[in-house]
Amino acid sequence: MLLSNLEIVPGRKIAKHLGLVQGSTVRSKHIGRDIMAGFKNVFGGELKGYTELLQESREEAVVRMTAQAEAIGANAVLNVRFSTSSISQGAAELFAYGTAVVLE
Amino acid sequence: MFDLIVLGTLLTFGYVFGQIAEKRHYRSILRREQQLRQLLLVPSRFPPMYVHPPQTFLVSGSVVISVDFFKVFVAGLRQLIGGRMRSYESLIDRARREAVLRMKDEARKHGASMIFNVKFEAVPLYKGQRNSVQSVEALAYGTAIIPARRPGT
Repeated sequence: MLLSNLEIVPGRKIAKHLGLVQGSTVRSKHIGRDIMAGFKNVFGGELKGYTELLQESREEAVVRMTAQAEAIGANAVLNVRFSTSSISQGAAELFAYGTAVVLE
Repeated sequence: MFDLIVLGTLLTFGYVFGQIAEKRHYRSILRREQQLRQLLLVPSRFPPMYVHPPQTFLVSGSVVISVDFFKVFVAGLRQLIGGRMRSYESLIDRARREAVLRMKDEARKHGASMIFNVKFEAVPLYKGQRNSVQSVEALAYGTAIIPARRPGT
């Protein structure tokens, strides 16, 4: 499965457009990480736990999106976009979407 | 009185450690930016036409950076009079640049030479009832391009 956020793939032709595919996940942090983050809010600096958490969640959103694309017979997802919204009280939604296509 | 002491301690800790962390982070950012200068970022949607079509793949980099207590306090005061909020400017600047560096790192690992259609996103992560911005996530993503080997090389 080829993922790209361009609208074309250099050197390859798009045989068929299959429409929008999307994947999303809502994650919350566990309390231990939250307490550590509370300390970090005094001192400043990177919150590694959150970085990892959000990255894992984003990967999961991408996996769900690719699964959807595979199910409809695509072999690439183009014009991929990410979007994150912070739902209150320590939960975040990660969303990935793109156009499923069949490349020649 | 006790509250004031706690506030003063938090402010001092926040200021000292926050400044140290920020200076160290900026040094590391500048060093790595120098190292990764060869890798070009192109915020254009259309790659040039290639004679030898390259391989492409999606790369991304993200980071969550927290603001220190001193900066939150100063920003709170600043909101009374308005104007530039330097303390948040440096926070978001660091986060964005770090995200770009991580994205470039990932691209370089795979041998890419350019990253096209770079997009940025920054989301504040709220925590607590006051709903003040205490940490921010920056994300950078784009399509990395691995140049094709020319025949004969």
